[in-house]
Amino acid sequence: MTTTSPENQQATVHRPSVRRFILPIAVALTVLFCLAPILWELLTSFKTDDAIAEIPNVYFPSPNQLTLDQYQKLFERRPFLNYLFNSFLVSLASTVLALGIGAPAAYALARLKLQGERIILAGVLIVTLFPPILLFLGLLDIVRYLNLGNNYLSLIIPYTAINLPLTILVMRSFFQQLPKDLEDAARVDGYSTPRMLLDIVLPMTLPALATTGILTFIAAWNEFIFALTFITREDMKTVPVAGAQLGGASPFEIPFGPIAAATVLGTIPLVLLVLIFQRRIVQGLTSGAVKG
Amino acid sequence: MDKKLDLVALRKAYTPTVVPVKDISLSVGAGEFLTLLGPSGCGKSTILRLIAGLEQPSSGQVLLNGRDVSRLSPGDRNIAMVFQSYALYPHMTVYENIASGLKLRKTPSGEVQSRIHEVADFLGLHELMNRKPGQLSGGQRQRVAVARTLVRRPDVFLLDEPLSNLDALLREHVRAELKQLFGSQNTPVVYVTHDQTEAMTLSTRVAVLNNGYLQQLDTPERIYTEPANRFVAGFIGSPQMNFLQVKCEAGQAIVGNSRIPLPLGSNPKEIVLGIRPEHVHVAQSSNEPALDGQVFLVENLGMHNLVSVRIASGGEPITVRALLGMEHRLATNTPVRLAFPPDSIHWFDVGAGDRVEATTPSMVRNG
Repeated sequence: MTTTSPENQQATVHRPSVRRFILPIAVALTVLFCLAPILWELLTSFKTDDAIAEIPNVYFPSPNQLTLDQYQKLFERRPFLNYLFNSFLVSLASTVLALGIGAPAAYALARLKLQGERIILAGVLIVTLFPPILLFLGLLDIVRYLNLGNNYLSLIIPYTAINLPLTILVMRSFFQQLPKDLEDAARVDGYSTPRMLLDIVLPMTLPALATTGILTFIAAWNEFIFALTFITREDMKTVPVAGAQLGGASPFEIPFGPIAAATVLGTIPLVLLVLIFQRRIVQGLTSGAVKG
Repeated sequence: MDKKLDLVALRKAYTPTVVPVKDISLSVGAGEFLTLLGPSGCGKSTILRLIAGLEQPSSGQVLLNGRDVSRLSPGDRNIAMVFQSYALYPHMTVYENIASGLKLRKTPSGEVQSRIHEVADFLGLHELMNRKPGQLSGGQRQRVAVARTLVRRPDVFLLDEPLSNLDALLREHVRAELKQLFGSQNTPVVYVTHDQTEAMTLSTRVAVLNNGYLQQLDTPERIYTEPANRFVAGFIGSPQMNFLQVKCEAGQAIVGNSRIPLPLGSNPKEIVLGIRPEHVHVAQSSNEPALDGQVFLVENLGMHNLVSVRIASGGEPITVRALLGMEHRLATNTPVRLAFPPDSIHWFDVGAGDRVEATTPSMVRNG
């Protein structure tokens, strides 16, 4: 066991060099495969109309085929900043609401011995099973009855409701693995229940809140059907709807360039968001609280 | 005034059938180190949580310095607790962890600093003050958890298995540290463990619990030498005490082929004889009353051999384990004569398992 034969040594020297080549290539191919559609959109958004339409496809445009016109056109023809603002407002509001309602509910489900806890959880789970497309007609009636059409609330409320089950389930499992000793220690130290929740539990919950918050935000940002149905006023539309409804100069022209630009602009906020919170998500803030 | 903790007829029932604590009364005075010892599920942790106020008793009282605190919240009781998992706040530095309890009680900041300084001196924590718990080793976390309780100067210290997360070597070291640390102060300590070594080494008194009832409350020495019943006798001491259920005749117990006199004044039909393996020895002479048997298992424990011996008897075979010195080179299947020194024999009632003592002659006369 302790002696190493010459063949073994050769093998151990040999193997990493093969790995050194294959592993990066495999990673690069995988990344390329996943990112290809996005890269194509990015490229299209910077190409001139001629370069977009050219056959064969232009994969490596020359400098005179590159332009910022598509973005310019997007902002000239449509109030695109408005769309971004709408999407941002609706997504942020529903995320804050989902976390604000979901996290306390999850804490209660995780910590209190509630009667009928299983029924509540089953109910929460069942909500997630309905595809939104089945709900939107019914919701449209409700929206019209409550006179919420063309109101941000008509999006914020359903987005919150749809994302609550995920928030509750994820946060509940997080609270369950949070050591109860910490809360007991806080109570012995003299924290009142609200202060314990704010000063002790909340800081430890931040990574989980960030993770679920991002999922909720992305879901709300990308939602299409409700946004299409409940909002008809041009200046209140969200990015996905506006992007899909971009029209050309004539009914026969499909404006590939501005659509690509809209897609890129609609994606960038999400990418930034994930990058900002990435460290928070990865970081295990609870490490060191208890043994381990 | 001396600090004092009393539990009066304490009972905790979760449901009518789940009753972890049944009628516990005890008191811990100044300078006392009381250990609650018992197997898992005996209710010892629940008792500690009742004292801390983390659970509400179903009935009974917790008195702190004579004042009933049963209905007060944990923060209002002036108790401090070390948790099994240490439960340090992960997002706070060591300093903030130690200071949090004082700050919540609106202690003047000058006093907070001086008290923390004092405790840090005592436990050697100065270099760690600005670290987060995640950057500490197990032993260091344990010391921070102890510091957090010391700095509070509470009316009673509660410790919930504080050593069980440490590895064996460190545990012995910290155990000695704890003994010195809590021995040098006067506040009552209640310590929960399932480890009899910790209970025996640390405590001034041990409360052995089983099934929610107090089995015996006594000094570690008396718990060992005079166990109140069969449960305590079997739980304390390792290897476990030998129990032989034997028939009796005319004030004598019939063990195998020999007779051992029963304690004065008792005359049951059957009795349980208990003797610790460390008290059984090999008979020196042929006229010493002894039992003949045959070795069937020898376990080397380093200092001693743990020898299992089958005693010849009329009915079913009796097994006795004895801790014998290495000089008896006993192999399996060799015959051996084991002597039970009469002073080391414990007698227990067959039914209830209570200890059977020799009744004093005066009592016999009166009765």
